[in-house]
Amino acid sequence: METIKKLISKQSLEKLYTTLSASRKVYAPVVAAAQRVEYKYNPAFADVTFEHIQSTLSVKNVVFPKVENILYYTNNKTDSTITEIDLTKIQEVVLWGAHPCDTAAYDILRSIFCWDIKDEFFAKRLEKLVVIGLACHQSDAYCFCTSVGLAPNSTKGSDILLSKLKSGDYLAEILTEKGNAIVTASPDLFEQSNNDEVVITEVKQKFNHEQVTEKLKTAFENPFWIENSLRCIGCGACAYICPTCACFDIQDETKGKEGRRYRSWDSCGLKLFTLHTSGHNPREVQSQRWRQRIMHKFSYMPARNKSLGCVGCGRCSRGCPVDMNIAEQLQDLEKLEV
Amino acid sequence: MSNVATKAKELLESKAVQVVIGYENGTNGVVRPAFITTPANATKLIYDERCVQNLAVYLTKHEVKHFGKMGIVATLPVMRSIMMLISEQQVLPDNIVVIGIADDGNILDFADMKIMQAHIGKSNLENPSKDQEKLAELNKMSLEERFKFWENEFSKCIKCYACRQSCPMCYCTRCFTDCNQPQWLPVQSNTHGNMEWHILRAMHLAGRCISCGECGRACPVNIPCHLLTMQLAAQTFNYFNVHAGISEDMKSVMSTFEPNDKESFII
Repeated sequence: METIKKLISKQSLEKLYTTLSASRKVYAPVVAAAQRVEYKYNPAFADVTFEHIQSTLSVKNVVFPKVENILYYTNNKTDSTITEIDLTKIQEVVLWGAHPCDTAAYDILRSIFCWDIKDEFFAKRLEKLVVIGLACHQSDAYCFCTSVGLAPNSTKGSDILLSKLKSGDYLAEILTEKGNAIVTASPDLFEQSNNDEVVITEVKQKFNHEQVTEKLKTAFENPFWIENSLRCIGCGACAYICPTCACFDIQDETKGKEGRRYRSWDSCGLKLFTLHTSGHNPREVQSQRWRQRIMHKFSYMPARNKSLGCVGCGRCSRGCPVDMNIAEQLQDLEKLEV
Repeated sequence: MSNVATKAKELLESKAVQVVIGYENGTNGVVRPAFITTPANATKLIYDERCVQNLAVYLTKHEVKHFGKMGIVATLPVMRSIMMLISEQQVLPDNIVVIGIADDGNILDFADMKIMQAHIGKSNLENPSKDQEKLAELNKMSLEERFKFWENEFSKCIKCYACRQSCPMCYCTRCFTDCNQPQWLPVQSNTHGNMEWHILRAMHLAGRCISCGECGRACPVNIPCHLLTMQLAAQTFNYFNVHAGISEDMKSVMSTFEPNDKESFII
């Protein structure tokens, strides 16, 4: 549908939140501690913040939970009885105030989860997700959305995109039918849009991702990977807080005869990730694992999924205990002689 | 050029070491570990009050050991980690050169481990005071309150294992969490499973933790998990009168029986 531009005042925004929160699950950002923002379900409006540059964890868990049951079973004498998960029970979630990097991530996740076989769990959750995005009126040195084909006011992945205006009210761009349904349910909260100026931060481009992808084609054996990953301690922090990382482990947990099979987040940065039963590990050392992370996001995914595996949110770099700043690494890579 | 850089340059020029592990300026005003392999690059090395990360974790890392002999910039916690690693046969004293940093920031030359041992022996080996304060607060709580505190903290844990990976003493090539026969701990993140993980890791560190606090610093969601291991460090001292990381040949506290060990809990 064609984008509709409306104005929503500060007061109407609160009314909208209160209305939505009364009858639906609303996932909104709150200040959890000094310099830490987390998304929570249905917090009081007074606790909701729109002043965060970024939350610590991403919001991928609304479509890709950190733990998700995929079936239940009862073990009989010689076989098991499987109980499927009733996906119709998945509730709608309104994501309130996700920045454009996070909203764009859902499409990247879809390119993975619905690539050849449709992941029903993911697909259902995405279908039930309504995204109210929030354009960025501030950013920090870790942000690099503009280096990966995005922007602080990108509409990609939002059903409604809110942009802060100089007056303190918000421009609401209604982008999809899902977004329009929210407007038609509370029409008095959305006014005629005016010519007030939007406040959008500037995010300077740090590297050219096409150049990076090109360089990666012949960079596999380059000593760069060892030099640049010596300090990497091999934890899963970057993968878990990343909005586009989608790897998962599957485990069964049984008590007596009853059990459940679940999937949970996994990280290619961990040594166990590629350990074979034989004891052989094709990615025995950390430099191979670091190489995998970068190549997956900037080489393999563009080639196979036709999209980058990164939205430039900068979380991995903010959260990394040893400053494996991905934008810096990619700038170095761009300058590499291959 | 900083003192540390000068010393590193000397060591690399004389080929006493093939790599120096130290600190350099990172992005956006942070410091990060540096691995210097040429005398020319030694100028990158700095030392200031931001340099608190425990670098000893890299002494057991394959790609770092691969360079050859390793020089390492070492504040007191790092020195103690090095002693622990030597006493547990994970590092050979002949393979490393310690560039010690005194409390006043000056370089300490340790010609051998006995000299470093003497330096450690003269130093304050208690838990850092701000952590002691936090522990005192927690110890004043009732069992229920304390349990609630940790439940709340561990509900945030995402099982990324940054705590384990940043710890010099967690060098096991196969951590107990990576075993599935049996599966000792749930793989997923859930509050009580996360608690189990942190409690068990702390137990594996009793008598071995030197209270650097790196685990708490590494945590991407700011859980103060270092308080658990520091609490056990303090308790180990109470029961056995031993601080971790004080000599090359100290015996493992939890697996050594001394005739005068307290047995008040069974006798």
